[in-house]
Amino acid sequence: VNMSKQSVPARSQELRRVSGELFSLTYGALVAQLVKDYESDDEINKQLDKMGYNIGIRLVEDYLSRSGQNRCHDLKEAAEVLTKGGFKMFLGVVPTVANWSSKGDEFSLVLDQNPLVDFVELPEDHPNLLYSNIICGVIRGALEMVQLEVEVAFIQDTLKGDDASEIRVKFIKKLEDAVPAGDD
Amino acid sequence: MTCYFVIVGHNDNPLFELDVKETGKLDDKRQMAQFVAHASLDLVDEAKFLKSVDRFNELSVAGFVTASHMRFILVYDGPKAQENMKNFFMDMYDAFVKALLNPFYVPNTPIASSNFRKKAQVIAKKYL
Repeated sequence: VNMSKQSVPARSQELRRVSGELFSLTYGALVAQLVKDYESDDEINKQLDKMGYNIGIRLVEDYLSRSGQNRCHDLKEAAEVLTKGGFKMFLGVVPTVANWSSKGDEFSLVLDQNPLVDFVELPEDHPNLLYSNIICGVIRGALEMVQLEVEVAFIQDTLKGDDASEIRVKFIKKLEDAVPAGDD
Repeated sequence: MTCYFVIVGHNDNPLFELDVKETGKLDDKRQMAQFVAHASLDLVDEAKFLKSVDRFNELSVAGFVTASHMRFILVYDGPKAQENMKNFFMDMYDAFVKALLNPFYVPNTPIASSNFRKKAQVIAKKYL
């Protein structure tokens, strides 16, 4: 166990050397292809969410193994870990956690910068396209693996002219399914 | 003073056109400028990097070929400093590359982005 913890810093250094531009361009090519393949913006948004979900369920394991993060006690803590831990590690940006609902079951992630959208301009014939929707899927998938069922959606988008991008995360319920042994 | 700038793609198709004029009444001058620009395309290809490529009455043509064989052509009258010309083309090239990085832009098609047009106008004002 100790040995694996020691090799972790080397891996995270390597990750940072992937060119940010290459990443944005790759993601852009993905979205452009989806736009060609699917008719409606809704369908494209759904596909992006699905892809994000598949990434999220795996990514969370990667994150937990590198950060040694323990179980979060409540949604507030989960939000902090999501932004300062997850987002920072994989996207290099830390969104601001804001706009908590009075019941404490909903919050927003405000992104001033979004590395996915460098150089991107939305085409005119796709006004409802949620370009970065993959992020919503990733959050949903990752949180589901730690027994939190959430609904995640963009409510503001810089590509549509808003000042910042805002993702709304809504807590639905705690999943009481059996947890894999060894998890804590 | 007329200035007319055009970006020409691989099939001699114009990808972007910009008129930079100071006086108002320039419709026929514009057509003349377009004609001159097309006529000088062959010469621009020879020019490689940047050269004042042609002269037609009082109109001069400066050309610039990018690494991906896009031709930037500027038709202008009156004297223009080489330095300004060069900077103009470099800034335009910069803006062009940024527009190209948009995943929804298909290379060799007309550039519809209003962002790029705005940038181009600013650059033109700056150097011309």
